[in-house]
Amino acid sequence: MSKIRLQDHILVPKHEVMSEEEVEKVLNILKINKEQLPKIKAEDPIAKEIGAKVGDIIRIERESPTSGKSTAYRLVV
Amino acid sequence: MKYADILNKYPFPQKVKEEINSELEKFNVKKTQARKIVERCFQAYLQNLIEPGEPAGIVAAQSIGEPGTQMTMRTFHYAGVAEIDVTLGLPRLIEIMDVRKNPSTPMMTIRLAEDYAKDREKAREVANRIEATYILDIAEVVTDIRNMQIIIKLDRVAMERKQISFEEVKKKIEKGLKESVLEDEEKMEIIIQIKEPSYKTLLSTYEKLRKMVIMGIKEIRRVIIRKEEDEYILYTEGSNLKKVMKMKGVDFTRTITNNIYEIYEVLGIEAARNAIIREAKSTLEEQGLEVDDRHIMLVADAMTSGGELRQIGRHGVAGEKQSILARAAFEMTVNNLLDAAVRGDVDRLSGITENIIVGQPIKLGTGDVELISKIGSKK
Repeated sequence: MSKIRLQDHILVPKHEVMSEEEVEKVLNILKINKEQLPKIKAEDPIAKEIGAKVGDIIRIERESPTSGKSTAYRLVV
Repeated sequence: MKYADILNKYPFPQKVKEEINSELEKFNVKKTQARKIVERCFQAYLQNLIEPGEPAGIVAAQSIGEPGTQMTMRTFHYAGVAEIDVTLGLPRLIEIMDVRKNPSTPMMTIRLAEDYAKDREKAREVANRIEATYILDIAEVVTDIRNMQIIIKLDRVAMERKQISFEEVKKKIEKGLKESVLEDEEKMEIIIQIKEPSYKTLLSTYEKLRKMVIMGIKEIRRVIIRKEEDEYILYTEGSNLKKVMKMKGVDFTRTITNNIYEIYEVLGIEAARNAIIREAKSTLEEQGLEVDDRHIMLVADAMTSGGELRQIGRHGVAGEKQSILARAAFEMTVNNLLDAAVRGDVDRLSGITENIIVGQPIKLGTGDVELISKIGSKK
């Protein structure tokens, strides 16, 4: 049986690790520093699956019932 | 989208863009006119955004709390989907907010993989592999005290229904008890000989045998097959997402449970956030109450922002407040004040609750801004 990809589950939105430049850009727009973002644990099954390391920032594309699509960011701790 | 080039200049949410676009398309508006309309829409959009400094959390708390008073107070079960008991109403809402690790009525909705979903026989086969089967479901167990034996008389019909063979049962028992057994395939009997001549061993072996899961997943007590549209769906009493997801024939991408903590452990924090929103929404909707999605989303965000599930209450969101006075105002006033005094804590009076207690203006709404005027400067 093929390996299960947890990201395919309907409850899991799209996660991706952001590059340095992207992080800089987003933090500048939001006018905050990294630590003020919501967190995600490094042991989180999805964080593990996409290979995120502590200190990375993950971009999450949520399907929101109110705005259609929304983007959220989480800091890996 | 036909008017995408105009709409993309404005920071509208996706859904608003689509809505404006479909309205514009309906009237087939010219580009120049469309530009003006979109501009007006943007003004209206800005006016409807939440004001900076608005106490969104308090508004959310009241918006969920008020309809909550109208919910049924007692633990109300109902035979809903396929005669499975599900906790509903206020008890369920409390369960969601408290992040119980073991909700009172765990339940799973299992969708099947393509080649299994259409065929009743195949669906039955998957259900058999999932449902916990005990020895008493497929056999009659007799203890023979004189010969110190436990005799298991297997029932052919029950075994056929469960699609399990004599060999499999025997192997399972041998593995579970870590003892070899005698067999009599003709009579469909398995005999366990107790070596020690003690009734205690006999009884404990019998107990062990009775509790042993011959087939399926221990947590799942019952499986019901239902046909919805042209697909067979399994509903289960009891839940174990991790094991079910790995089962052959199960479409794990569409298999869900109502145990939020389990979702957090298996699928991570974002999935848990979605699950909280889904469960809270369906609980409120089932009671005929209408609460705006945004309030529920805010609660879910507060519960998941730390990377792990936090409950709303003493051991979670409210208990982790940094201010001593705010914690004391919530629950266990004396304990909190005493502990803080022992540690020599300092309250910086930076939040809302503590400033209300000491009688200072709070940082909300217009109180959130500080004005400085330059005296004497020209213009």
